[in-house]
Amino acid sequence: MTSYVLLKLGRAAVTLLITVTLVFLFIRFSGDPAAALAPPDAPQEVIDQYAKAMGLDRPLWQQYAGYIGGILQGDFGYSIHTGKPALTLFAERLPATLRLGGTALLIALVSGVLLGTVAALNRRTPLDQFVMALSVFAFAMPNFLFGLILILTGALVFNTYLGGASNAGSWTAVLPPAITLGLAAMGSFARFTRSSLLETVNKPFMRAAEARGVPFRRRLVRHAAPNAAIPLVTLIGLSLGALIAGSVVTEQVFAWPGVGQLLVRSVATRDIATVQFIVFAVAFTMVVANFTVDMLYLVIDPRIRAK
Amino acid sequence: MSGTSMPLAVKLSFAFIACFVLIALFGELLSPHGYRDTSLLHRLLPPSFAGGDSQYLLGTDAKGRDLLVRLSIGARITLIVAIVGTLIGAVLGSLLGILAAARRGAVETVIVAAIDVQASLPIIVVALFVLAMFDNSFTLFLLLIGLTGWEVYGRLMRGATLSAKEHGYVIAVRALGASPVRIYLGHILPNIVNIALVQFTINLPLTVLLETALSFLGLGVQPPLTSLGQIMNEGRDRLLTAWWLTAFPGATIFLLALSISLVGDWLRDILDPTLRSES
Repeated sequence: MTSYVLLKLGRAAVTLLITVTLVFLFIRFSGDPAAALAPPDAPQEVIDQYAKAMGLDRPLWQQYAGYIGGILQGDFGYSIHTGKPALTLFAERLPATLRLGGTALLIALVSGVLLGTVAALNRRTPLDQFVMALSVFAFAMPNFLFGLILILTGALVFNTYLGGASNAGSWTAVLPPAITLGLAAMGSFARFTRSSLLETVNKPFMRAAEARGVPFRRRLVRHAAPNAAIPLVTLIGLSLGALIAGSVVTEQVFAWPGVGQLLVRSVATRDIATVQFIVFAVAFTMVVANFTVDMLYLVIDPRIRAK
Repeated sequence: MSGTSMPLAVKLSFAFIACFVLIALFGELLSPHGYRDTSLLHRLLPPSFAGGDSQYLLGTDAKGRDLLVRLSIGARITLIVAIVGTLIGAVLGSLLGILAAARRGAVETVIVAAIDVQASLPIIVVALFVLAMFDNSFTLFLLLIGLTGWEVYGRLMRGATLSAKEHGYVIAVRALGASPVRIYLGHILPNIVNIALVQFTINLPLTVLLETALSFLGLGVQPPLTSLGQIMNEGRDRLLTAWWLTAFPGATIFLLALSISLVGDWLRDILDPTLRSES
């Protein structure tokens, strides 16, 4: 079990290191990194100073060591746009994105698992077909289109603007973008829960429980659900990537002042330091999430603990 | 699957895809205008059936360009990017996966690490990072889209190759003295290519959605070329006053992704009976 944890931890660390290295190489070989990372309107001396601090005159491996050292000390460069450290810009935007992403994940998970369970329990009925159709619909619906439809509906039916920037603080403002963002994940959760449950209920231990006279509800909650939940944990980890990707578009559609909007704006203005930091942050989030999923397996799947 | 006929939804999907391809290829012929022809006198005309000019069947945009022709060109670009992009990812990922399983050792370690890195970075974030560094060009954009999901093919094909290596037929051809290229590409690949084909049908709609999303953000296909996502982006500020600018491209993207998914689900049942959507 210790070796399992160490193996996963090592893999996470290596993945992050490779990401950071690739970003370093990319920035190093595609223009002047000092000018890219220095504050805006910096006079040539400052850029030179930056170049010296970054050690652009030194051999590549020393530059690399300095780059990693800077990152470890929390120096990720400055936004060309605002002159603020990239880290600060990111931190300002993070709460909005977390609120949006968290709500979306919650909506997707609760509704997806509920729909999937209902479909599995009513297999081959119109209800089942409806849920399956809904999940295909959710998968194929581009989030920018769904977002625009929601905004249009809000404007025409409820006479209100559902875009976020002006009222990001209010509790309900998060719902339209969160539903938009969570839609695709809801579809895959529903589909997955359904197939996972159907597979589980046909297992011998379920029949054994039925034979022992365990009541239906207890069979579902205590016997089937924990087993069906194991693959679902993996799916939650995987869907995080889709949620991050989706938030880039969703935040843009709803003018939601989060990290995704910052990323798009920074790419359009070529704010390399900020883009770079967001890439790190996304990679870090994903790696931590995958690691957490692996650790969760230890808790919910005794077979791994036994190894 | 033999014995059961094609479900109606799949037939409709095939019909829509056929229409889409036809319009992508020949849509220009339906209109006397070029996709870049502007006309200040004909700006923001509604579709002809909604009271617009009969010259412009689906209306015009803010620059007076014919929406029908633009949709046709946009559909063409979306189609090219989706197919070429998905193919690049499929070929690259599959070959790397097979290579990893064939060579083991350091090669495998490097490829698996690359797969891990890609899996920790959503492709849209990678694409945005690269687009921040370089000038956007159609070739670059195509290559970026081509990276979509390569890591999934890599993982699947590596696993399939590893298990195929243990099969009797591989041991037999190896004993007969076949070269590694022949063993892996001539014998193992045909036996596991179904897995990649199934993944292809899952990836194709994802590629369509990624391309349109990036173009919608204004970071994908650049003018004067156009794509369905870009047309939507141009129309999003006029949701109420010029609904046709978003409704037509939006519905097209949605129906295209939906049709491809439905056809994909159906093909998956045929190609891989063990995956039958039964469970």
